[in-house]
Amino acid sequence: MGKKVWNALVPALFWLGLWALGAHLVARELVLPSPLAVVRTLGELALTAEFWRSALFSLGRVLWGFFLGSALGMALGALTAAWGWWDRLFSPALRAVRTVPVVSFILLLFFWLPKQQIPATVAALMALPVVWRSTRQGLAAADPQLLEMAGHYALGRWRTFRLVRLPAALPALCAGWETALGLCWKSGVAAEVICQPKWAAGTALQTAKAYLDAPALFAWTGVVVALSLALEWALRRALKPWREGERA
Amino acid sequence: MSIFVKDLTVTLGGVPVLDRFTAQFPRGGLGYLSGPSGVGKTTLLRVLAGLQKADSGEWELPRRPILLFQEDRLFPGRTALEQVRAVLPRERWGEAPEYLALVELDGAADKLPGELSGGMARRLALARCLAAGQILDADWYLLDEPFAGVDLDRAERILARLRELDKPILLTGHTPQLARLCDREIELT
Repeated sequence: MGKKVWNALVPALFWLGLWALGAHLVARELVLPSPLAVVRTLGELALTAEFWRSALFSLGRVLWGFFLGSALGMALGALTAAWGWWDRLFSPALRAVRTVPVVSFILLLFFWLPKQQIPATVAALMALPVVWRSTRQGLAAADPQLLEMAGHYALGRWRTFRLVRLPAALPALCAGWETALGLCWKSGVAAEVICQPKWAAGTALQTAKAYLDAPALFAWTGVVVALSLALEWALRRALKPWREGERA
Repeated sequence: MSIFVKDLTVTLGGVPVLDRFTAQFPRGGLGYLSGPSGVGKTTLLRVLAGLQKADSGEWELPRRPILLFQEDRLFPGRTALEQVRAVLPRERWGEAPEYLALVELDGAADKLPGELSGGMARRLALARCLAAGQILDADWYLLDEPFAGVDLDRAERILARLRELDKPILLTGHTPQLARLCDREIELT
């Protein structure tokens, strides 16, 4: 077995063992279910269509919120990087969005939107300021010598953007997207817990809590973590050629 | 048109870089601007290219100059061929290999900036500058140390090809052998 596998496996086994030991010592499933009970519950859940539908709908909401927030964040980042006036106009509002507690947004959106739309909207609102800031910082990081050369050789706006500004912005943008995706999961599922849309991991979490079903609560948390990690991995893979192009 | 500067004075950050410099560069042929490092050759070329403002003096500058910058200023993550294509309109991308051949980089078309030696990167920057000059119909080529890091034999061959372009060229450097191959030398002291 390779060293890489061992490096991943040993810590995982350690924490799993600690969890099993804790569950054994506590000896109350309601407080701390054993790993075996959680896996058994997960297996039972996985046999139902509701489980897959809920997981897929949550995934869809988070992804939709992520794309919406990222698109808006990049547009605002580009606007505020290019024109100081836009920066003065939007900066206070975006700073406010960043600091307002996520629960305040969720409760406020209850007045304005159908509850099915709240999780994706909240996720978008969490992604927006992060992506906005990274876009703005990235675009400002363009090498002034390259910009001068591009101007002197009359490359035009589009080529200057593609060849100078975008490569300079990519490291900050990639970091921003990765952070935003994690925030989208946290906020999106929190919104689902409060709003209880029909098919959702958050709704399942809330139901498990209501029925004092700790194994289901753990199982659904594991599902959310697994989905989040899978998306993060997919995003990293998608961004890999961009990052490598930047390093060359 | 020829380039003419009289009593040209340039200060950068309060430090005088050029002090009442006077010179004339007749149109046509190759001009070689020599002088020790830090004497103001780069500043002079930047003034001639319209990228640096002079504090005082009289001058008659080229209308459409093209400058090879002192630094290579290559685009990150772009191959040698793409670097040259970047300054050409799409319908003339087919000409890019000719510019690479002119600076003897035809075998390095798919190399990235990080894979090039210092001399190769310099020659690539020169190829891109020549391509940009052709597209912009430059009336003067101002080349700041085009052969830094390039071996003398190769530099001599490329200089001979530059002469064949039949464009007024002013280049800077520190190599007497190359200065002798040019039509005139002006020393900045």
